[in-house]
Amino acid sequence: MSIVDVPVESTGAIQAGQREVRRDLLRGLSKSPMFIIGAVVLLFWIVCAIFGPTIAPHDPLVQNLEAINRSPSSSHWFGTDQLGRDVFSRVIVGVRDVMIIAPLATLLGTVLGTIIGLVMGYYRGLVDDTLGRFVEAFLALPLVVTGLIALSTLGRSNLVLIIVIGVLFTPLIARTVRAAVLLERELDYVSAARLRGERGPYIMFVEILPNVFAPIMVEFTVRLAYAIFAILTLTFLGVGVQPPTADWALDISANFGVVPAGYWWEVTFAAIAIITLIVAVTLISDSIQATLEDQ
Amino acid sequence: MSTAADAPTPGPVDTPPQDALKLEDVDITYRVRGRDLVTVHDVSFRIGRAESYGLVGESGSGKSTIALAVVRYLARNGRVSRGRIEIDGRDVYSLNEGDLRKLRQHDVSMVYQEPGRALNPTLRVGSQVAEVFEIAGEAKAQARDRAEQMLEKVRISDPAGVMNRYPHQLSGGMLQRVVIAMALATDPSLLILDEATTALDATVEAEVLELVTALREEFHTSLLVISHNLAVIAKMCDRVGVLYGGELMEEGPAQELLHDPRNPYTVGLLRCIPRRDTVKTNHTLDTIPGFPPSPGEVEKGCVFADRCGLVQDRCRTENPPLYDAGSGRQSRCHFWEIAQTLPRVVSPVPGAAAVAPGEGEILVSAEDVSKTFHMEGETIHGLVDVSLEVRAGETLGLVGESGSGKTTLARVLLGLTEPDKGATLEIQGTRLPEHAGRRTRDQRKSLQIVFQNPDSALNRRHSIRRLLSRSLSKLGGYSGDALLNRLKTLLSEVRLADRYLPMRPGQLSGGLKQRVAIARAFAGDPKIVVCDEPTSALDVSVQAAILNLLNDLQRREQVSYLFISHDLGVVRYLSDRIAVLYLGRIMELGSAEQVWGAPHHPYTEALLSAVPTLDNGGGKRDRIKLEGEIPSAANPPTGCVFHTRCPRFLGDICVNTEPPLAEEEPGHSIRCHIPLEELRRLQSEEVSVGAGD
Repeated sequence: MSIVDVPVESTGAIQAGQREVRRDLLRGLSKSPMFIIGAVVLLFWIVCAIFGPTIAPHDPLVQNLEAINRSPSSSHWFGTDQLGRDVFSRVIVGVRDVMIIAPLATLLGTVLGTIIGLVMGYYRGLVDDTLGRFVEAFLALPLVVTGLIALSTLGRSNLVLIIVIGVLFTPLIARTVRAAVLLERELDYVSAARLRGERGPYIMFVEILPNVFAPIMVEFTVRLAYAIFAILTLTFLGVGVQPPTADWALDISANFGVVPAGYWWEVTFAAIAIITLIVAVTLISDSIQATLEDQ
Repeated sequence: MSTAADAPTPGPVDTPPQDALKLEDVDITYRVRGRDLVTVHDVSFRIGRAESYGLVGESGSGKSTIALAVVRYLARNGRVSRGRIEIDGRDVYSLNEGDLRKLRQHDVSMVYQEPGRALNPTLRVGSQVAEVFEIAGEAKAQARDRAEQMLEKVRISDPAGVMNRYPHQLSGGMLQRVVIAMALATDPSLLILDEATTALDATVEAEVLELVTALREEFHTSLLVISHNLAVIAKMCDRVGVLYGGELMEEGPAQELLHDPRNPYTVGLLRCIPRRDTVKTNHTLDTIPGFPPSPGEVEKGCVFADRCGLVQDRCRTENPPLYDAGSGRQSRCHFWEIAQTLPRVVSPVPGAAAVAPGEGEILVSAEDVSKTFHMEGETIHGLVDVSLEVRAGETLGLVGESGSGKTTLARVLLGLTEPDKGATLEIQGTRLPEHAGRRTRDQRKSLQIVFQNPDSALNRRHSIRRLLSRSLSKLGGYSGDALLNRLKTLLSEVRLADRYLPMRPGQLSGGLKQRVAIARAFAGDPKIVVCDEPTSALDVSVQAAILNLLNDLQRREQVSYLFISHDLGVVRYLSDRIAVLYLGRIMELGSAEQVWGAPHHPYTEALLSAVPTLDNGGGKRDRIKLEGEIPSAANPPTGCVFHTRCPRFLGDICVNTEPPLAEEEPGHSIRCHIPLEELRRLQSEEVSVGAGD
């Protein structure tokens, strides 16, 4: 190798490069009050889901027929229900099944949707048209109604719940990923990969996928909120989580009949819990979206 | 809050103000994450009535910031932290809202780089131009008449037709004319052109520049021209200010400053530009080593000190003032008198040329390549019967306006775009499959590309190490220690330091990214590298370094280039042979001397004369005019496709019969009905007339 006549680019570059502030997603999020509130609330429910039984002052399943329909007091902060179970403990423990089913179902939908979206967006043409028909057909299915039918026929278990919601989310995520891939595949690095002799799967998963991660992440958090809502709805309708598990929707469905009698606490606290969880997830997804758009 | 009406309006003074624009000791500060960054420091200049003033500088020099500050359009976190800006003698920053609006309405207009973004895509052009007059108080019908007249003034041949169209139906040059018409509608005293022709083709740019020059005389408008292109400034401006790191480095009359610079930065910048008489075999372009400072980085001393070849201790401790450098010139350099002695960074004469043009073996040949695109019912002829070859060790330059098929041709050769049936591609005598995926590894690695935009060409999620290693293993077949060794040599070949390896492209500057892209193309020891506008996204000083690198690699690796560029100066510098494309057809093909020197195709002639250069005294000579727009490739003209714009149009034969691409002399083919001797006569007349000035 001959000696080069121009010095290697001076050290100014590296500094200039690093100074060119790499605004990390996390750093952006840490400054967003919306995200912090959402994260704190979500973290609270995650702790409840994991340590619920130890935190709860009473066993949520133990009935006390001596003390039914008690209003909130110092011994039962949220009162007791028709079977004399401690509402506070049931709210704390009631998050557990939702917290397991919703993320798994959303993850399933995201993985399937990402694969289908990558394939549709990368290959386009006939592949896109064919898969597109299926995606559109699935998009037309209403989530709760389809879930109701599927769970009634396939059996009521958490596994079926995860699969049903995951599959119904797949086309939604596929659509988002496809749109992002269509933009990405026009960039020159994809051409460069083809000139290198890379095959389709490598280009899709190694080259393109990391670059469409942001919309996938946003879609995941949006879907997570919907999944929580769908699970609670299906449970309320009786095909989701099954008794005797402590569950918010189960409690609402079991006790809403006695609200007119004045026993509001048996439903209200579970309802408030649902609101806080869904709002928290929505806040997180909104702030992730806003931060990504800023960058 | 005191009402604006009570306050004495800083308005018209008794004596008519002398200057259209005056900046006095202006600092502009941006507040970024709680810190004040001074991006423009101590800038003063004035633009007299009907004067044209140019601001040049590389990216980040603060030129656009100044333009925004002049009309109080700075972003919310920016402010003029010191000094005064006056338009027509009125302090822009003490105007109240109403007066400011009036000022923007009547006295200042701006034209930006992207005309498409200055117009509303959902409204017809006519109503947008007429609106300017309506705001000025004209009745609706009258406003439309005035709008039509104004469009005629900017030399739009069918103003009524254009008024009924939507912006997306017009070409870039036409849109920029519409925007200029709107800008001049209120007869402003100051017109600001911020890189207004940068996005346009050379021929269109020349027309727009001429239009502005003519209108300026007619309207007595003062101009503030902001550009990175020194040649444009030379053509348009009476006086020039050179910005660097937010400071005015040098100021003076345009011609004197550009031919006799008195500041080391200007001297260095001018040496970076390929000139008419410099070609790769006789001259290495000079570069400016290092990188521009970021705002606030230089606290003491001269902002250019770190990159200056004449730097002394004094430069680092003492801020140079603007010295008076005689005859209305100023220079911010302690040693302005010896600025011209700035030492060269690289030796001016490179080593011997590799291969004489046209004599190496044929590496790649393309025969009868056509490409037809079908879009929304339209058939677009991207390439029509293109045949050419690239020989070992040579650079074949591809020139032509946008839409001429340069990039399509390159993509066909690379196997990224499949040509129509009937095309033959060969590499070293063997048939080359049309699809990159069906080519052998040897064929793939022989043909690589450096893309125009490194941001798009490098995967932003992969580290430099990963980007290069993957190419080395897929194309070069390297693995393990051999790969690591080759990676090291590859890096030193493109002059990148090892420490960049773990970084991602986003952490590197534009020039460094392009070096990574070049390294990737060279990973498999290619025989031909397609360079698709490799320097058009870079600053002049970085461009010079990249061109030197390409040149150096060619000499060392015996690689051939297919070099695509709209910058004829760059193509001229690098190319051994040139192909001129127009509407997907080769109009002229020959050695660089044959194509650049007369006799050449009338289109080549027009292209060459359209380009503003620093060499022709600011382009005061008569330009061969190219009339009208580039025709649509969906509906090309009959006969010779160039006949609608040809300055040497013969008559019916041009309209009815397409001339063949005939070899008029050895190695020189021209697609024209006019015989070579006749072209030689016509064009030598032109030259002797041109020599008079």
